[in-house]
Amino acid sequence: MIAKLIGISLTAILAQNFVLVKFLGICPFLGVSKKVDTALGMGMAVTFVMTLASMMTYFCQNLILVPLGIEYMQTIAFIVIIAALVQFVEMFLQKYIPSLYSALGIYLPLITTNCAVLGVALLNIQQDTPYNLIESMVNGFASGIGFLLAIVLFAGVRERLRYSDIPKSFQGFPIALVSASLLALAFMGFSNMQF
Amino acid sequence: MTEILFPALAIGAVGLVLGMLLAVAAKAFHVEVDERIEQISACLSGANCGGCGYAGCSAYAAAIVNDSAPINACAAGGQAAVDNIAAIMGVEATAMEPVRAVVRCDGVITKANDRYDYYGIADCVSASKLQGGGHKACNFGCLGYGSCITACSEGGISIVDGVATIDGNSCIGCGACEKICPKGIIELVPKRHHIYVKCSSCDKAPAMRQKCSAGCIGCRLCEKACPAGAVTVNDNHASIDYSKCTGCGLCAEKCPKHIIVNENASAVIEETA
Repeated sequence: MIAKLIGISLTAILAQNFVLVKFLGICPFLGVSKKVDTALGMGMAVTFVMTLASMMTYFCQNLILVPLGIEYMQTIAFIVIIAALVQFVEMFLQKYIPSLYSALGIYLPLITTNCAVLGVALLNIQQDTPYNLIESMVNGFASGIGFLLAIVLFAGVRERLRYSDIPKSFQGFPIALVSASLLALAFMGFSNMQF
Repeated sequence: MTEILFPALAIGAVGLVLGMLLAVAAKAFHVEVDERIEQISACLSGANCGGCGYAGCSAYAAAIVNDSAPINACAAGGQAAVDNIAAIMGVEATAMEPVRAVVRCDGVITKANDRYDYYGIADCVSASKLQGGGHKACNFGCLGYGSCITACSEGGISIVDGVATIDGNSCIGCGACEKICPKGIIELVPKRHHIYVKCSSCDKAPAMRQKCSAGCIGCRLCEKACPAGAVTVNDNHASIDYSKCTGCGLCAEKCPKHIIVNENASAVIEETA
């Protein structure tokens, strides 16, 4: 059991990294990666939401969709669940854990309907043998950590890029995309590992 | 027909339940936001210059209400902002000392020597990261690539002969240039004072002379001349304590290197005569 959970984590963080291998969640990856600080905040918010979303969509799948025989409604049902969940968590944090609320701050609502969050929820149940509750949550958490790793690494690269002498036609997003692809190439080294 | 109706109803029901839950949660977890925060934000300049030390105007407003931060930190808003905030918070208005930024370096191209030629990005922060902290021989000299120009929201800084020059009239005293300057040679001084020292070199006089002809040699003539004891020589350069300075201008007259600047020299002559 433990070995399987570790395997799921390593797969999600390295071999099947959400951003650099699966190419999900590219929007925040490019949008909020100009500074390491903000990238860290975004990564933490994504990790937090992915873990909770994995849990809630597991209940949604097994308590609502499967008994009613409407599994094909997954996408829309999950979007609704995740959006409501994030709203709820935001209100809860603002009331009871203001420090965490101000740390995650504006990033929480930004990722409400992010494809990486929906992606982890759908992938949890599309495995050959669908993940159980614990495995789903571990996968959600580890995928979030994978996102955090990717976005923080990339933010570090982009901070250096600001002080580099880049040809005019490549300044801004072009060079950011080129660096992102190089980072993704590095992660391809993990892609054939079996955990 | 049922295979369409049934899922639609099921998902609709899920949405309805979640919506009602959120509505209940919004009531249950309602957080009172102090309306004074909004009012104070309106009084501040809205420049979001960060001079007060907080992330922006609204963050400063929240800090005043929640953490009882000092109400006179908004340089851009000036005395008017302090008075308005004092009225909102119901406290005594404290005097606001308007400040302006000055560059404590006079190492213009003709006076300061270079260590090497620099062909790179025209930005002080990146230039200062190179060997020796930049191309200037003096480690405490203005590099003149104008990082402060970019930081200034008022457009009051220009580079004259390789040294940043700040227009005291347009300066709002936010301190953005002071923070960005990698050499730390921009200082905020009270606006009513017109005297400041145009050098911040910590090198001893012989070493400094090799690098720049415009530097403070630490002769202490200014220290002896000052009747108020406001001028002291520390770390091999003169500094003025503005809480003691009377603005008599004697230090500027005595300075053999003319690096103590008196921008109001004519008025001083009348006073001392």
